[in-house]
Amino acid sequence: MTITLNGDPFDVSGPLTVSQLLTALDIDARRVAVEHNLVVLKRTAFDAAIVREGDQVEIVNFVGGG
Amino acid sequence: MDTFSIAGRTFASRLIIGTGKYPSHPVMVKAHEASGADMVTVAVRRVNISLPRGGAAPRGSKEESLLDYIDTSKYFILPNTAGCYTADDAVRTARLGREAGLSHWVKLEVIGDERTLFPDNEALIEATRVLVREGFVVLPYTSDDPVVCRKLEDAGASAVMPLGAPIGSGLGIQNPNNIRIIREFSHVPVIVDAGVGTASDAAFAMELGADGVLMNTAIAGAQDPAAMAEAMKLAVRAGRLAHLAGRIPRKMYATASSPIEGLVGR
Repeated sequence: MTITLNGDPFDVSGPLTVSQLLTALDIDARRVAVEHNLVVLKRTAFDAAIVREGDQVEIVNFVGGG
Repeated sequence: MDTFSIAGRTFASRLIIGTGKYPSHPVMVKAHEASGADMVTVAVRRVNISLPRGGAAPRGSKEESLLDYIDTSKYFILPNTAGCYTADDAVRTARLGREAGLSHWVKLEVIGDERTLFPDNEALIEATRVLVREGFVVLPYTSDDPVVCRKLEDAGASAVMPLGAPIGSGLGIQNPNNIRIIREFSHVPVIVDAGVGTASDAAFAMELGADGVLMNTAIAGAQDPAAMAEAMKLAVRAGRLAHLAGRIPRKMYATASSPIEGLVGR
């Protein structure tokens, strides 16, 4: 299926949970925040939230800034 | 005791510093230590997604993380919404920052102009209202305008952060009288945010009555960031003491410091 990940089309086999998506991307879930279809998820919801075809996902972390 | 509190949280230092634009993470760590600051700002950005190629594993955030270089037991993390141009984007970014950092504080920026990075105060006030309603402690970066600062306070901001000069400009406090008036009018802490170039600018902001100073480029962009960080620590402290001490009135002509009686040869 194709999702929009951080603004770009991204192919991944699914549906899958946000936790599974992070694992597939080799991303440490403790270091990021995730927005799923414009709703910011609590970290405890990563296992339950299902990402489906056409969904919009944003994964962010902290970088240097002022 | 001269304590500095925002929204009920007390800070040891009145200097708040950024984490951007340092030559390296270790240089940043040294500067943070030298600054004595106990609150640092961070930005919220998309994680780099590298697409898997030829069976190689995708590379996510296993790369070096900023948080590996910030001791969160020592430094309170203040996520910002830098680079946001609409209230909606700033609110989204603030919500993401809250989940990434598990703190409900935000340095709220809504930028209105690319060249000057001046705030869009209308959108800033709107975003402040939304985030305060959601339980955020909102510290808005704003113009040095006493009326806007009052509106932000009315919207529920926990502090107001007027700019001294454009972000990263190092021009120093361009409108000292406005900063003084903002301090006089505000019932929340006033933090001068942006525009500091060197230590005297920070001291001046504090002498005007600011409760704190927030800076990034002045330290990160200095030739020796750790040395500048220490200079800023001392400047903020010196400016604060001078403000509390109460300066002498300005006079047009001299007043002798030594006695005028008993002069030899008169």
